[in-house]
Amino acid sequence: MTTQTQTAQEPTTVKTKKISGAEAVIKCLLEEGVDLLYGYPGGAIMPIYDELYKYQDKLHHVLTRHEQGATHAAQGYARVTGKVGVAMATSGPGATNLVTGIADAQIDSTPMVCITGQVAKNLLGSDAFQETDIIGISMPVTKWNYQITKASEIPEIMAKAFYIARSGRPGPVLVDITKNAQFEMFDYQYKKCTSVRSYKPVPEMDMSKIKAAAEVINEAKKPLIVFGQGVILGKAEEEFKAFIEKTGIPSAWTILGLSALSTDHPLNVGMVGMHGNYGPNRLTNECDTLIAIGMRFDDRVTGDLNTYAKQAKVIHFEIDPAEVDKNVKTDIAVLGDVKQTLAEILKLVNTDSHESWMQEFKDHDAIEYEKVIKNDLHPEKDGLTMAEVIKEINNATKGDAVIVSDVGQHQMIACRYAKFNQTKSNITSGGLGTMGFALPAAIGAKMGVPDREVVAIIGDGSYQMTIQELGTIFQTKVPVKIVVLNNDFLGMVRQWQQLFFDKRYASTEMTNPDFVTIAKGYHLDAHKVTKREDLAAAVQKMIASKEGYFLEVAVEKEDNVFPMIPSGASVSDIRLS
Amino acid sequence: MEEKQIYTISIYTENNIGILNRLSAIFLKRHINIESMTVSKSEIENVHRFTFVVKMTENNVRKIIGQLQKQIEVIKAYYHTEDEIIYHETALFKISSEHLYDEKIQGKLKFRRAHIIAITENYFVIEASGLKVDIDRMYEKLKPYGLLQFVRSGRIAISRPKMAISELLLEIN
Repeated sequence: MTTQTQTAQEPTTVKTKKISGAEAVIKCLLEEGVDLLYGYPGGAIMPIYDELYKYQDKLHHVLTRHEQGATHAAQGYARVTGKVGVAMATSGPGATNLVTGIADAQIDSTPMVCITGQVAKNLLGSDAFQETDIIGISMPVTKWNYQITKASEIPEIMAKAFYIARSGRPGPVLVDITKNAQFEMFDYQYKKCTSVRSYKPVPEMDMSKIKAAAEVINEAKKPLIVFGQGVILGKAEEEFKAFIEKTGIPSAWTILGLSALSTDHPLNVGMVGMHGNYGPNRLTNECDTLIAIGMRFDDRVTGDLNTYAKQAKVIHFEIDPAEVDKNVKTDIAVLGDVKQTLAEILKLVNTDSHESWMQEFKDHDAIEYEKVIKNDLHPEKDGLTMAEVIKEINNATKGDAVIVSDVGQHQMIACRYAKFNQTKSNITSGGLGTMGFALPAAIGAKMGVPDREVVAIIGDGSYQMTIQELGTIFQTKVPVKIVVLNNDFLGMVRQWQQLFFDKRYASTEMTNPDFVTIAKGYHLDAHKVTKREDLAAAVQKMIASKEGYFLEVAVEKEDNVFPMIPSGASVSDIRLS
Repeated sequence: MEEKQIYTISIYTENNIGILNRLSAIFLKRHINIESMTVSKSEIENVHRFTFVVKMTENNVRKIIGQLQKQIEVIKAYYHTEDEIIYHETALFKISSEHLYDEKIQGKLKFRRAHIIAITENYFVIEASGLKVDIDRMYEKLKPYGLLQFVRSGRIAISRPKMAISELLLEIN
């Protein structure tokens, strides 16, 4: 036994050298390097919480105010650190409350292990109190899941869970543990998992594909790179930067790719997709070679597939073979670990600069600046814009902050205007579009990188979906900065209603409470800004604070986010107004 | 528009609880109807084999294979066209004993892969096997006698091209 120090509390371990399943779960977590987890206790997981109590000096458990908050906090933690986030909940409603976060982690490839308690094995299927088939429910939204019914399975399954969550294309894993297995005593032995025979996390690199890709890239006159989160998940930021700097290829990002490359980098040409920049969207349909790196051609990125980059040769760097040809037909698929494949192709590509092609992006930028950006950042009207707030946050944080955004107009504005110097700094719910993500994710992010500034940017609608996590912030004293951009509307839906439903504002207007009073109820320093002249100072004051802080900014009620590719339209048909 | 056709999907998996759910969920998510399904042991110890029959375009069946293959406990997934497989289905027909000595029924059983596998005072049971059309034909012929019960299996299929699972597992191990 390696835990002789614990024996004073647990006389049984001395006599039998056996430990309970519940204690084994904690030991497994420690073996996997977990020192922080998020969760919410309940009947079916009480034995594990009892062990957490004993191990609290080694394993810090954060009590969120809702299980969904636990998953998003674990996701925020995972996204800023690159480590596996851990969330824990009881059976039944505790487990079902995890589902949104699990689905979010699945579609955004976030490594997460969720542990749920389950009714005892002899009660399975009896409709016992708080019994739910979480294995069945979570199956379509997990990378893997497993129900443990005896303690002896715990070490192997926990090791496998962490291995699967973090390897290859990461994702969420759920381990459901029946209560009898938590109580059961057994001989504990841990062995790290290094392979699963039916699972190949990283496809082998094929040098012939790399050579073929390099040839096409070297011949390209108008190449365009679109990079996604794969660059971050593959820890390939340096290789990526070296590749684009040598080839001189303009590089655009998906929202999850944001921050993999500094926003000020001269080859960074901005965001693709529905509310992305004018240049990279329009020029997607003019490039001769489209190089997709660690991205999956989401419909919000491509718009109408029948008119997407039809003129271009498509090269796809990808770890997941199922993504190849899923949405866009690829000419050359470069499968493998992007850190390796980019390092290899770097040796084969020519040094280039593509100046006249780059100029086309600048020309498009000038048009977008005139029609959109100028009015967003330097408005002439009285009402505050969301972009102005982001601008002030950039000024105050110098682009060094982690920005956690929620879902909606404010998210698009935050991604469009926030400055990033470092990778793993843009934390947002991309694929699932989970409103309520940001507040708990910011808690996890700040705990993951306590030395960095973490600013949550949230709309008034999203904020109220997980507002109870203010309780977690109050209890843990985690110094996150919360900015609510309040337009008293579900802004993005309202924008669509205005543009596509003849301004029929069905259920999008919000009668909001006094957010400052609510934040003060949780003993947070809280302020509200309504005038432009107060904004900069208010943001500076928030950033200067060493504690949790709440800032509400009343923004223009009916502003729209542009540019915009209407749903189903071509990237060429991007609208500037 | 690419034409839909029948594909037989063969999936080799680990023998764990819940895989059926995980695999069928992939079809469900894409709103694809499963025409038939069979689960059994395979030629390899502790490896299970799923046989799904679906009607879809080749482009989509390829995507489905990618998603199936991606599941942790799937060792390998393949798809084959009708030409690439040898397949079989089995059906059982329960018919009232009054027709047992009907010469026409006896005649129908001749020259076909069908025979009587049980006879009791009240009923007898015919087993037929073959291609889907063979069973469809037998069904039409026996229907007039009043079927007390009818059941047919999903397709089982052997591929003409090699599915090198043993080699694959050897390589992994």
